Amino acid sequence: MIALEHFYDARDLQNIVEAVTDGMNEQLAYVVAALLGCLAILGFVGVTAIINIWIERRLIARMQVRLGPNRVGPMGLLQPVADALKLIQKEVLVPRAGDRFIFLVAPLLVFIPPMFTFGVLPFGENMAFVDLDVAVLFVIAFSSITTLLIFMAAWSSNNKYALFGAMRVIAMLVSYEVPLVLAAMGPVIFAESMSLQDIVEFQKDNWTLLLLIQPLAFVIFMLSATAEINRSPFDLAEAESEIVAGYLTEFSGMKWGLFYAVELVNALTASGIAATLFLGGWWFFGLEEYVPGWMIVIGKIYLFYFVFMWFRGTLPRLRMDQLMSFAWKYLLPLALLNVLIAGVQSTLWARNDWDEAVAFPIFGLINVGLIGLLALAFGRLLASSMAEAPRRAHLGAQLGEIYRSPA
Amino acid sequence: MDELGVVIAFWILTVVTLGSALLIVLTRNIFHAVLSLIVSFLGIAGLYIILSADFIAVAQVLVYAGAVSVLMVFALMLTPREARDNAGNYLQLPGLALATVVGALVAVAAVTTDWQELEDDEGFDATSQLIGEALIDKWVLPFEVAAVLLLVAMIGAIMLVREDR
Repeated sequence: MIALEHFYDARDLQNIVEAVTDGMNEQLAYVVAALLGCLAILGFVGVTAIINIWIERRLIARMQVRLGPNRVGPMGLLQPVADALKLIQKEVLVPRAGDRFIFLVAPLLVFIPPMFTFGVLPFGENMAFVDLDVAVLFVIAFSSITTLLIFMAAWSSNNKYALFGAMRVIAMLVSYEVPLVLAAMGPVIFAESMSLQDIVEFQKDNWTLLLLIQPLAFVIFMLSATAEINRSPFDLAEAESEIVAGYLTEFSGMKWGLFYAVELVNALTASGIAATLFLGGWWFFGLEEYVPGWMIVIGKIYLFYFVFMWFRGTLPRLRMDQLMSFAWKYLLPLALLNVLIAGVQSTLWARNDWDEAVAFPIFGLINVGLIGLLALAFGRLLASSMAEAPRRAHLGAQLGEIYRSPA
Repeated sequence: MDELGVVIAFWILTVVTLGSALLIVLTRNIFHAVLSLIVSFLGIAGLYIILSADFIAVAQVLVYAGAVSVLMVFALMLTPREARDNAGNYLQLPGLALATVVGALVAVAAVTTDWQELEDDEGFDATSQLIGEALIDKWVLPFEVAAVLLLVAMIGAIMLVREDR
């Protein structure tokens, strides 16, 4: 028992950090602890990204009744290593008319937003790198910078397909950010805090998962997150049957490899945020007493990661105008209604002295009923007015006339 | 954290912010100018964090680095190729005059303000809840007016690009 208590505590990394920083003065200890945290995040992200290449390829192959990589190493486990070695050896081509500096720097910068997100993600009770008071907003703010980095990549390529891809990415990310933020509002309203740690504490204190109270917010969050991280079926930015490879057209070798890795890391980040907001993060009905919190978090992250892979393996790609009308005409009103519902229920719960064991299941049941009703109603409403083919917008048509007849 | 770390962070952020701000006007490539403007925005967000204003810092990243910059990038993409030059134009002198006036105003304000030293090292409370309460409670009218303004702007934009019937 003594050895367990003092030698090695797997629940969080506090013991290790304390052992390393023991005896240092305060400032040095702060810096060293911060560096250890950075190393932990980098190590986690790097290792999981490499493993995920194999997991994703094998799993999607299985969903599509193929074998997937199975030659290099046992069950193809060494395939990511072989891929990385191949990519590093390949020549990195830089377009002559492109913007050389930005072209070289964009694939590196694109790693920053997901890394920042992992910085605020709580992996255990004492295991968040920073417990930020505005963590949810922070995550959204930095994920919106991805738009710009993708545009940098496309612009510096000096390639029309790359720019088409970037246009699509920007339009899509800007649109889907709105329902994403509104969906994340649901848990924030219930927990009355934007700190991810507080949201986990709320679920722990009330012995509930926000997924059960806010199913509509969860569905909207997952759909918008899939669009935000550019995964199939929303991967229009790199639709190879339409615009070559979108913003990746001119990238080769490890530069392309970095974008590929970022895609995997982004999926991990989105899963992590979804797991924390809706599935209780490091808490799972008392399991965290026996199992380290970070294991629970990673388990939940992989659960959502599996859902993302499932989307990718099953659903066909959407058309651009369908994508837009889906975001603005379907997800946005539903998300707004959900904010209203969450506000009413949260206020009712705060004002009245209700028992959470009774109130939350009732809220959950009401919301499950509402989600079915609303989804059906909006589906009906939209189906009658949905354009069969993309129509030209009013201003666009006028501009077209201006361009057609030179004055 | 105590003094030293904050001082180091302050000087790094100042150099980054001012350096990229200078790059905006000095670079000839307008895309580079937009990018340095964004770096400058991020530097200012860092300065807000030093001031313990975490909500404003994140809002700065979200609104300026995330949204306003995307708007500028869109404008840049729709600009004809010949106009994509950051060369001097007829607004150079008025711009210089305006910048001087703003700089002088800020300097006067900084000198004449009676700055108060913070007594304890505890820092400030988390601001997001205070800001939220202030917006909903004391400043609810301006808040709602801003909401109506945004709604009007949105409807106007939709009217502009409405489909022909």
